[in-house]
Amino acid sequence: MLKMTHLSKVYRTEVVETYALRDFNIDVKEGEFVAVMGPSGSGKTTFLTIAGLLESFTGGEYVLDGTDVSNLGDNARSKIRNEKIGFVFQSFNLIPDLNVHDNVEVPLRYRGMKSAERNQRIQEALERVGLASRMKHYPAELSGGQQQRVAIARALAGSPRLLLADEPTGNLDTQMARGVMELLEEIHRGGATIVMVTHDPELATRAQRAVHVIDGQAVDIAEEPRFHAKTKRAEAIAEGGAV
Amino acid sequence: MFAYYLDLAIRSLKRNPVLTFLMVLAIAVGIGASMTTLTVMHILSGDPLPGRSANIYYPQVDATPADWHNKNPLDMLDYRSAVDLWSAHRADRQALIVDSSVKVRAPEANLPPLMLTMLSTTSDFFPMFNVPFEYGSGWTPADDENRARVAIISGNLNDRLFGGKNSVGKTLRLKDSNVRIVGVLKPWRPSPQFYTVVAGNYANGDTAGFYGKPEDVFVPFQTGLEVNDGAFQQFTCWGMPSTPGHLQNSPCVWVSLWVELEGAAKVASYRDFIASYAQQQKALGRFTKTDTRMLDLMGWLDYNHVLPSDVKLQTWLAFAFLAICLFNTVGLLLAKFLRRAGEIGVRRALGASRRTVLAQCLTEAGLIGFIGGVAGWLLTLVGLWLVRSQKMPYSDLVHLDVAMFVATFALAVAVSLLAGALPALRASRVAPALQLKTL
Repeated sequence: MLKMTHLSKVYRTEVVETYALRDFNIDVKEGEFVAVMGPSGSGKTTFLTIAGLLESFTGGEYVLDGTDVSNLGDNARSKIRNEKIGFVFQSFNLIPDLNVHDNVEVPLRYRGMKSAERNQRIQEALERVGLASRMKHYPAELSGGQQQRVAIARALAGSPRLLLADEPTGNLDTQMARGVMELLEEIHRGGATIVMVTHDPELATRAQRAVHVIDGQAVDIAEEPRFHAKTKRAEAIAEGGAV
Repeated sequence: MFAYYLDLAIRSLKRNPVLTFLMVLAIAVGIGASMTTLTVMHILSGDPLPGRSANIYYPQVDATPADWHNKNPLDMLDYRSAVDLWSAHRADRQALIVDSSVKVRAPEANLPPLMLTMLSTTSDFFPMFNVPFEYGSGWTPADDENRARVAIISGNLNDRLFGGKNSVGKTLRLKDSNVRIVGVLKPWRPSPQFYTVVAGNYANGDTAGFYGKPEDVFVPFQTGLEVNDGAFQQFTCWGMPSTPGHLQNSPCVWVSLWVELEGAAKVASYRDFIASYAQQQKALGRFTKTDTRMLDLMGWLDYNHVLPSDVKLQTWLAFAFLAICLFNTVGLLLAKFLRRAGEIGVRRALGASRRTVLAQCLTEAGLIGFIGGVAGWLLTLVGLWLVRSQKMPYSDLVHLDVAMFVATFALAVAVSLLAGALPALRASRVAPALQLKTL
């Protein structure tokens, strides 16, 4: 699903070159739930923005869902972001002037979807996160946990192949964080591929495996899943069925 | 998508009413000022005979003595040359023209005499210049030859003397002679009053007088010379006229000739005709030069710089003011769009391309322009009302026609899109990753 090979990201100024990522390798299979960990400044957020096609990279190769995205133009990258990737940010990033319905609608609008289909998807996504009754509320009228659920609904509404989460519980209290994590796990059990950046080791244990990023390199990749989520894909593999 | 962009633009404008008001105000004031002056310029620089002006020409020959070193023939003709050229009837239509002030009275109306301008001309004047009639019609070529005592009056004079009723057949007293009214004109207001335009080159831009109202009394050329003898003014002379105001045999130019020529062949033929006339007159010893010239109507207006220089200056100033308003709007839009960099970052992450962001921002700028256009249109109406309230010869002409109404909105939207182009481009270049990291 997501494969980066010898990927590098260099920030250049007139006097200095800074490697945010160096010889970075990662391979996330379809249906996996991977936690990306590392200290501040290690490059994990840079990895996530490159993975989400929000930023270009300097060298190496990145194949997303079978497509080499190295040389794609802005329109093609935007289309992939819109159709294949869902984002969940630490600070929710809801648009304050839009109500819950309209926030969830944003990616569907850019997909050029008809009104009836948009409304159906919005209804389903908000029902999935338990906020269908708050459709007309504005972000400021919701708690942090509810806002993050709306952000997740927004990410899910477009049925993405890959969900990228950047410290999704970083701005939430323990109880709300637990609720959001349970939601992510539920989404994963539904078959979604999730890559979650976090520096919280306890959260990382909720993923199938963790990748550590140190000084811009992916190291200490635990090959064996620490947490065996029963995904539909895993069940299918175990049963020898078609994947 | 446009409906979505429009919806977002409306929300955005509502979000910041003060900023929106300032931008709309900047565009409206700039549009109001520039459209007011542009409308005046449009009216004053228009074609006074749309569709026909290309066939109307102003022939000139040079009767000045050898020691006059004029570059071009003088702006008017001497009497003999004018009458010779007219009498040859070599054009499709031709009209001699000279104006003078005359005392006018209607014996039937119990009103004091009026001092009015009278145009002495020939019968082709009315069909050649599309002059509209309310009652009656023009006089005949025979009336020209016979020096008939007939007259045509303006609708305005008909209102004053006869209460607007059909006055054809009634008598008008011009100075000491009676003439019979054969026609009453409908309102007719060519802009400029092209057929009397001369000496624009010497006016130093003070040409507002070219936009005055047409004369109130029209009589056959020779009739006019007879009934108002002694009241004619020369344009210029190279010798003293023996009888002031009676210029038929004077060394002066004071008559205009307009001709209608349809097609290039007829134009070329008429040029040859006036050239040969000049050579013939030189051979006869009456002319010392053979210079001739024949400009078409619009060429003649250009040559005379009919557009008043203060109108040109005001237009330039208004557009400079619009440019300042535009720069202000650029700054305000830049601030508005870049303050939303975070939101733009989120939209980019959710699938908006740079082009999409650009379109959304330009839609917002266009909407501001449209609202500014509505306000600018209202300000233009106020501006034109102010122009009309001034005592200028062209004040009554000033109004907003359909073309300028449409131009107001087109200019407002164009200005706002121009103002929005840079801010929109900057907004579309927002690095989403950077914005999302800093949110």
